[in-house]
Amino acid sequence: MNYDTEENLSELEWMGYEVGYRIVERLTREWVRFKDELDMIKFICTDYWSSLYHKQIDNLKTNHHGTYVLQDNEFRLLKHLANHNSNNNNKQYLRECPLLIAFTCGLLRGSLSNLGIVSIIKAEITLIPTCKFHVEVLRV
Amino acid sequence: MSSRTGARLDTKKINSELFTLTYGTLVAQLLKDYENVEDVNKQLERMGYNMGVRLIEDFLARTGSGRCYDFRDTAEKIQSGFKLFLGITPTITNWSATGDEFSLCFESNPLTEFVELPDNCLHLKYCNVLTGVLRGACEMVQMEIASWFVQDQLKNDNITELRVKFIKRLEDAIPAGED
Repeated sequence: MNYDTEENLSELEWMGYEVGYRIVERLTREWVRFKDELDMIKFICTDYWSSLYHKQIDNLKTNHHGTYVLQDNEFRLLKHLANHNSNNNNKQYLRECPLLIAFTCGLLRGSLSNLGIVSIIKAEITLIPTCKFHVEVLRV
Repeated sequence: MSSRTGARLDTKKINSELFTLTYGTLVAQLLKDYENVEDVNKQLERMGYNMGVRLIEDFLARTGSGRCYDFRDTAEKIQSGFKLFLGITPTITNWSATGDEFSLCFESNPLTEFVELPDNCLHLKYCNVLTGVLRGACEMVQMEIASWFVQDQLKNDNITELRVKFIKRLEDAIPAGED
């Protein structure tokens, strides 16, 4: 396998963006207008996440200045990579993870973008299947 | 944290929409990458094949179905596969006299929801992934089949018709030196 995947990653991220941009429109069609940015992020963590990944985000942190960290302790796309039999670190497939995460990063970016939030999304995995998404809101 | 409105999200519907949109983006990306529609058709089939090879295991595990008695039985199992994975039940029609060919007719298809083909995509087989899935899945149960679209709603036909043809039974190769 070719690990020089930066181009592949941006392609996957872009595909996620397109899907996210469209899907959030359908998800929020009959929703009450969001109060503010935090309200939107909360929606992402709860209803949005559970309709796409069948569970909510486990932990949300923010510095109240446009940075949010969304943590999913058992991210669906990584669940099957985890080795539940061993107690040692689940790091075996860490190298492959970016390919599985890129789409979701795009999905988040696209969704937020259609809600009016321009952002940069980064993902961080230290132990499979836990995944942290860092959302950095860009303001003009 | 709970939702503030009475309108709960319909998870099932959303998931099907996520699937539709993701597939759409995939096709769009392939069109961008290959530029040639024929190549895109080929890639979709190939991707489908890889899915089918894996999907059949899930199908057998979930349905617990055994071997097919004949090709009619196969047709019904393929039909139930569509029900299981896409939530649709295509009708089985147009059996050939020899019983080795039939058609699956779709009135609706989650893959093509929200889809319209532009004029320059006249030869694009948008759902070609399905032909690959069928080929891959059947190959894993020792059957070689071929399938192709004869009608397509995206090309203004009334229904989408997928023709399936039995080619041959694949025999297990015996490893050399064993009897």
